[in-house]
Amino acid sequence: MRKTLLLSVAAALSLTACAAGGGGNANSGAAAAPGKDDKITLTVWSNYSDREYEEVTKALNSFKKKYPNIEIKHEGSQDDDKITAGIRSGNPPDVAMSFTTDNIGSFCSTGAFQELKPYIDRDKPALDQINEAVRGYTEYKGNRCALPMLTDIYGLYFNTDMLSAAGLSKPPTTTSELLDYAKKTTKKAADGSIEVAGFLPTMMFYNNRPQIWAPFFGAEWENSSGKSGLSGSEGWTEMFKFQKELVDFYGYDALERFRAGLGQEYSADHAFHQGKIAMMMDGEYRTAFLKAQAPNIKFGTAPFPVLDSKKAELQGVGFTTGTIMGIPKGAKNPGAAWELIKHMTFDKETIVSLANAIKNVPSTKESLTDPALEVDEQFKTFIDLAKSGKLKGNPVTPIGDAHIKAVGDFAAEWQSGKATDLKAGFESVDKSIDDQIAKSGK
Amino acid sequence: MTATLERVDVRRAAPAKGRSRARARNRFTVLAFMAPALIGFILFFGYPLIATVIFSFTKYDLINPPEFVGLKNYTFMWGDKLFWQSIQNTMWFVVVLTIARTVFALGVASVIARLKSGVGLIRTLCYLPSLAPPVAATLVFFMVLRPNGGPVDGLLDMIGVQSPLWFSDPSWAKPGVTAIMMWVCGDLMIIMLAAILDVPQDQYEAAEIDGAGPIRRWWHITLPTISPVLLFGVVNSVILALQLFTQAVVAGSAATGSADPTGSTKNLGFPQNSLLTFPTFLYQTGFRYFDMGYAAAMATVLFVISFAVTIVLVNKMRKNSTAEEGGPGA
Repeated sequence: MRKTLLLSVAAALSLTACAAGGGGNANSGAAAAPGKDDKITLTVWSNYSDREYEEVTKALNSFKKKYPNIEIKHEGSQDDDKITAGIRSGNPPDVAMSFTTDNIGSFCSTGAFQELKPYIDRDKPALDQINEAVRGYTEYKGNRCALPMLTDIYGLYFNTDMLSAAGLSKPPTTTSELLDYAKKTTKKAADGSIEVAGFLPTMMFYNNRPQIWAPFFGAEWENSSGKSGLSGSEGWTEMFKFQKELVDFYGYDALERFRAGLGQEYSADHAFHQGKIAMMMDGEYRTAFLKAQAPNIKFGTAPFPVLDSKKAELQGVGFTTGTIMGIPKGAKNPGAAWELIKHMTFDKETIVSLANAIKNVPSTKESLTDPALEVDEQFKTFIDLAKSGKLKGNPVTPIGDAHIKAVGDFAAEWQSGKATDLKAGFESVDKSIDDQIAKSGK
Repeated sequence: MTATLERVDVRRAAPAKGRSRARARNRFTVLAFMAPALIGFILFFGYPLIATVIFSFTKYDLINPPEFVGLKNYTFMWGDKLFWQSIQNTMWFVVVLTIARTVFALGVASVIARLKSGVGLIRTLCYLPSLAPPVAATLVFFMVLRPNGGPVDGLLDMIGVQSPLWFSDPSWAKPGVTAIMMWVCGDLMIIMLAAILDVPQDQYEAAEIDGAGPIRRWWHITLPTISPVLLFGVVNSVILALQLFTQAVVAGSAATGSADPTGSTKNLGFPQNSLLTFPTFLYQTGFRYFDMGYAAAMATVLFVISFAVTIVLVNKMRKNSTAEEGGPGA
């Protein structure tokens, strides 16, 4: 009797547990747009803080021109972990802004972000205004669950004073030139420690991330059969050889000691702001950070150098990623949320104004050429890259950034000298990525 | 056996109806008193535990209903390098952190117990760090140990010693986190101090008359007397090590230099996965990779390991207290 009772309790608990996890898929239809006079408070979560938070809030409030009675409650410093926790607890915002596109595959495939197709079919916004690569990183396997809010494009930043002091008058255009420039602009103390690094090659530090570097080496993530294809892509091998050559030039221990003393990426202590590195890979937003936090640093920007052997093919290529917006599952005001997303993605005046304020690249073609867009010498590099038609987006998978971590982990072993066999290392990374994607079943 | 027979006799002697009513009332009273704890236990331990075990056999992203996949999550573990790395890291903490924390807390408590003046101030200073929020404490430690400009680096430099890279070096990251945990062990130190102060003074006096020095007195009187508290310290530290998460994430995150404005990072486990503890990997899998089924399988494994470790320690504790009370084997 007691045994039966226990089993019944266990079964009931199990059923409850399973039921608790259930919830069904995202909405299949488009929620109606709010009426002109509807009083609604829309909650927006983003990962912005400080200066950028203020500017984005202003841009969000421009929505009130269309819907005067809709209040926007913008909550900053909300990363993807908090967004997903909000969705899972049934208390999500109306609009979620994610800083990275790493989780887009998971957001779309699980229904964490609602499918936008019904809204797009109904309202027919001009999707072709958005660059193809940007469209690519806001959907997964044809399921569009997000739209971009501006975009980030990555290129080379160089300290003009440091380059001039080394007798270099223009930025490097190929990776061999970058190696040469890095060596010429590096300053070492008498004891061998690094005082200024020409170019910091440490993978996974600042924006030295495999997905950002990949396009400049022609490194492909997938092979022709749709499997992870790092071991078969010459670009990855070239990238890692380039990186190791520079690591060996500094000496791994000296490089790590130097790197460990550098400031955080989004602080005024950033190494480039402090004049501790001469060149680096970064996004266009850094122009605003530099002007605000390090006005004395004289810098220039250029497309990131490309692999010598593929110069003709790769010149002008750029990497793009950026903030994405979606309607989380369980959002209380999906109709109004869609209107806000549409406004932030397609309203030219809002886009240009926000792009000017936080120095991000506009995500629509008409905004890129708008005369109101403030384009100085440094920012022009990124606008030109945006117009080039040779942008590459973040690889989209259903396993979050597990594929990037797999490459990063191998890179860490490679640069430290722990791993010496590139081919075997990449095969192991391929297997890890394929296994995880297969396990996800998506 | 004898007790059972006696009880049977009593039962035969009493009228059947009254006896069963009394027994029912007795059971109800016991249950009523136990109810708050029992409900809490079922709601906050029993239910999540059963749910976790069930989810471990499913593919579950916490958004859509779970799908049964049998033992797939468990078989995947065998070939998952990160899983084994995280187990290895956590086991390192279980051994090293447990010993270091317990010995350190005991050492500090022993010193404070012998102080003649300024006891209140020293005790407060030693206890204070344990009140600091874990994130803040870790960041303070990170700044203090920071190579190229941190105060510890400066001091070591003055005496001609090159400081380790701490949270940027896979060989030093775990000792670095252990140092943080030792710094914030004030709670355990206070418990040990209370136990040491509770040791009867006459035992020390008797030993002193017999010619025992301070070390022998500490070894033969203090240590055996406070051994139950020591064992508590060990159990407490083992649990802490098995659950180590915040300090590992924050220290690694700060060391990458790529912490975002919220302080989080994409590079959990930095450097070279040396700080990828089991709870960190579990969190990453469940909440970042949307693979709660696999995370539940890992949690189940962690539960089994913790359960086994706890049983061993509790058995040891029981034997110890039996010996203290002069039971068999004493």
